[in-house]
Amino acid sequence: MIDIVAFIPRAIGQSVPLLLGCSGEILTEKSGNLNLGIPGVMYVGGISGVIGSFFYEQACVNKEMNPLLAILIPLLCSLVGSFIMGMIYCILTVSLRANQNVTGLAMTTFGVGIGNFFGGSLIKLSGADVPSIALSRTSGYFSKALPFAANLGWFGKIFLSYGFLCYLSFIIAIIAALVLYKTRAGLHLRAVGESPSTADAAGINVSKYKYVATCVGCMIAGLGGLYYVMDYASGVWSNDAFGDRGWLAIALVIFSIWNPLIGIFAAILFGGLYIVYLYIPTGMDYMEFKELYKMIPYVVTLFVLVLTSMRNKRENQPPASLGLSYFREER
Amino acid sequence: MSQAAVRLENITKRFGSVVANSGVTLDINKGEILALLGENGSGKTTLMNMLSGIYYPDEGRIFIDDKEVKISSPKVAFELGIGMVHQHFKLVDVLTATENIILGLEGRLNKKEAREKIKEICDKYGFDINPDQKIYDMSVSQKQTVEIVKVLYRGAKILILDEPTAVLTPQEAEKLFNVMRNMKEDGKALVIITHKMHEVESISDRVAVLRKGEYVGSMMTKDTNAAEMTNMMVGRTVSLNIRRPKPVNPRPRIRVEGLTVRNIEGIEKLKDVSFTANSGEILGIAGISGCGQKELLESIAGLQIAEKGSIKYISDDGNEEELLGNDPRRIEELGVALSFVPEDRLGMGLVGNMDLADNMMLRSFRNGKSVFTDRGTPHKLAEKVVDDLEVVTPGIETPVRRLSGGNVQKILVGREISHAPTVLLTAYAVRGLDINSSYTIYDLINEQKEKGVAVIFVGEDLDVLLEISDKILVLCAGEVSGIVEAEKTDKNEVGLMMTKVMQKDTSHAVTLKKD
Repeated sequence: MIDIVAFIPRAIGQSVPLLLGCSGEILTEKSGNLNLGIPGVMYVGGISGVIGSFFYEQACVNKEMNPLLAILIPLLCSLVGSFIMGMIYCILTVSLRANQNVTGLAMTTFGVGIGNFFGGSLIKLSGADVPSIALSRTSGYFSKALPFAANLGWFGKIFLSYGFLCYLSFIIAIIAALVLYKTRAGLHLRAVGESPSTADAAGINVSKYKYVATCVGCMIAGLGGLYYVMDYASGVWSNDAFGDRGWLAIALVIFSIWNPLIGIFAAILFGGLYIVYLYIPTGMDYMEFKELYKMIPYVVTLFVLVLTSMRNKRENQPPASLGLSYFREER
Repeated sequence: MSQAAVRLENITKRFGSVVANSGVTLDINKGEILALLGENGSGKTTLMNMLSGIYYPDEGRIFIDDKEVKISSPKVAFELGIGMVHQHFKLVDVLTATENIILGLEGRLNKKEAREKIKEICDKYGFDINPDQKIYDMSVSQKQTVEIVKVLYRGAKILILDEPTAVLTPQEAEKLFNVMRNMKEDGKALVIITHKMHEVESISDRVAVLRKGEYVGSMMTKDTNAAEMTNMMVGRTVSLNIRRPKPVNPRPRIRVEGLTVRNIEGIEKLKDVSFTANSGEILGIAGISGCGQKELLESIAGLQIAEKGSIKYISDDGNEEELLGNDPRRIEELGVALSFVPEDRLGMGLVGNMDLADNMMLRSFRNGKSVFTDRGTPHKLAEKVVDDLEVVTPGIETPVRRLSGGNVQKILVGREISHAPTVLLTAYAVRGLDINSSYTIYDLINEQKEKGVAVIFVGEDLDVLLEISDKILVLCAGEVSGIVEAEKTDKNEVGLMMTKVMQKDTSHAVTLKKD
């Protein structure tokens, strides 16, 4: 039998990076930019935070860390790192009108490389015997749950046992949905993604919207990388540990039909599927089944892609100009 | 001093080495409808795009109400009261009419208030739209209405309409003209770009003519006539009559019976369509766009899966062959040629990034015996088409997408004709073409007819259909609402048939079955 009270917090913990990546990518795609660089951006978001906190921890080896700084330094580093990634993507695809798919894939390779390069360097610097860096002091601040959560039994465990980034990820998704569907900026953003020439003729600054949406989207996604290292992995960075969560986040965008609110539920579902293999008792004789269970999220992704491509409703289709560059004077 | 709402002075605009407008000086007056005329590529749309802020002029000055202005973006244009309704609608499909109308405006999002203001505008000028309807649910004329309301919502005093009637039925066009007259009464300045001479004559007060990017002159509409205007546009005398040679020895060539086609969503695009197309005749097909014209032609060419019915090809010796379900290649071998000009002009038939010769080869790449393709013949053919049809191109090696629309169409039609077809299917062959190029295409089609080819001609302009066709089949929502002799009918009747299925036994409707 699956232990629900133990499973749900793990599933939600897993879902946070997916949800942040998904919300960020939804904003980006709504502007018509298909950013396949999200996995790389999330890596960079993670490693930037790690670099910040590594040096702050080094500076405070023998003294007390300031809790506020311990959180703000990695947070800002992470935001700046992913913002730079977003800017590179925008300069290439919006200003120079490079192919979005190629740029995105290159950004992923680049981001993962950057992550592993600096990760490796830091591991050397720290002189650890294992190929990883442990930032457990910083992680303590990131994963700090509400103090009374522990006293509330299963309720506290399921709803109150998370670090602040987890709650932030849900708030971001809700705000993203409100912005998209209830504000003028959201209306304009959707118009830019559907038909940039229409938006342009209506006096909307297409490039500005693409830049802002993509960079903000990258910063949100980057937080996913930060959350993974600082909270989920308890401050331990080891190269390639983040895995393919970035790709799952992109698949989630389609699953949630470009709606961040659906994204919340989709992320929790996928978070659960991602770790369900740990909770299905197989016994020692059938260890190989675990490998099959690990496939579940990917099989579901494929299945969902088939399902979504069969849907006919126009509102549920990808933004019409997704993946296309816009040039006003093109004839 | 003057009542000019807009004055353009010495406007020049270049795209790379191409000069789109050169030294254009033009006044647009309040309370007046100005028709802007010119051939394709004469720079009408470019000129108007500079007023609406899409392009920025390289040289020259623009005055609004005698004050010099710089229109650097569409937003500035709105603020100056200039609104343009583009030929290709600038609407977002998945948004509602209201959302589209308020798109780009500032301030808090208040859809309720917007809706009320839209209602007000609709009542004032006699529009009829549902503010909460999604654009993709709308007909073409409804979309156009949304475009016009959008412009008025922003308080435009100067309205530019780029080929507004190209997509409308005659009745819808008349409705639009009434609205335009209402706006004129209201003191607004209107500019209409159109290729249709009779519309110029019926709606405009003044005509301004552009030729090759230069301003030729303007005159009061009541003092001129279609022939004079055309001569000004083209720069030489052009005959405005389309030849209609008498069909010689017509024999049934294609017989369609009970054809029913559903599209991928299961909607009936063609319903029980029956007719016969004869050799040496032009069968015109009229109908509002999207009424099954595409499906009909594709069925004959073997590119559509039909639900039921039959399409028989009857050769000269009387043999019949079923085309439905047949291999498109076999149908091609029988001599059925399809030239379909879609709305974006390229698409079916030509590959934009390939050059002229390679596009010719799309039809002939299977020929030749060696493993290598034969490039010489298509190259010669391309040269011949360029020569015969006066295609303006830098060379045979130019990618087709770089050519202007008219020249692209000439290449497509030229290629299809060069294979000596027995059946020529052509759709929107003159779509967006100016008068001069259109007549070249009409001549080509007539030549084929005289050679004994059965021509099926899907057209948009009823005047042309009435002049060139021998018979006209009218489609309405996938059904045949009647087949009429072109000589014995008029625009009104065909226009009505386009909007509703009529009794098939009206006085001068005849069936095409011949004994």
